[in-house]
Amino acid sequence: MNVVIDLVISGVLAVGGLFGLIGSFGMLKLREPMQRLHAPTEATTVGVGAILIAATVIGWQNGIANWHGVLITIFLLVTAPMSALMLAKAHRHLAQPKLPDTGTDAQWASDPPPRDDSD
Amino acid sequence: MRRLFPHPLLSFMLFIGWLLLANSANLNNLILATLLAILVPLATQPWWPGRPRIHSMRLIGYVIFVLGDILCANVEIAAIILFMPARKIASVWITVPVDLPDPEAMALLAATITLTPGTLTAEFSTDNKALLVHVLHTRNPDAVRDAIKSRYESRLKRIFM
Repeated sequence: MNVVIDLVISGVLAVGGLFGLIGSFGMLKLREPMQRLHAPTEATTVGVGAILIAATVIGWQNGIANWHGVLITIFLLVTAPMSALMLAKAHRHLAQPKLPDTGTDAQWASDPPPRDDSD
Repeated sequence: MRRLFPHPLLSFMLFIGWLLLANSANLNNLILATLLAILVPLATQPWWPGRPRIHSMRLIGYVIFVLGDILCANVEIAAIILFMPARKIASVWITVPVDLPDPEAMALLAATITLTPGTLTAEFSTDNKALLVHVLHTRNPDAVRDAIKSRYESRLKRIFM
């Protein structure tokens, strides 16, 4: 029985490590800054998630109920979008990419106050 | 009851959050968690007016649904990163028109889009009616926009009543 659990844990750890690696490889391979922002979401979701699941299960197996993994997952999922949003906004200010319209009368939140139609 | 727990979901999250943080459920921590669950929502109430009413069960269903989506999207993006030549990756900006009543719902939608690999929220419009989304690779931007609206926005509308 223990062997089965160990195998499953090893599998989950391997998957987590693999996705962490793919995320890092994406940082290396992708060309533009905005594209590079997509790569780390691999690592923060499945990469870290799988490793925390494995850590929690190992804890239970050894009779230590450790709930911090659940909490780390929640905090990570709540905070990761914020850092991505801030990086995207920083990129906007530095590179000034051409953006589509909002589709409404309002402008994008960090657009400079009204300017000419030249973009 | 309403007066003691002005925001039951927040109280519940604080209670569970404290027990997880303390990593035990003995009497000390149960009392402390209960105190926090009562005091924090009461103390923060004046600074958070107009809190939306949330359908809790549907929210839990939504979280599970999004986690499933994250898993699927992860595999797709992993394939793109590993096997697609870098110059063939077609990244686009798309505008997603949003019709959600609460800023909280809007934030949840933006977070969902960012957490799903392959799409990323970069901006919102000043009138809260549109999100600017960056898509890593797509040949059909309109389909991505429609998928976001039908998969996530429609569900969020039913959560925030």
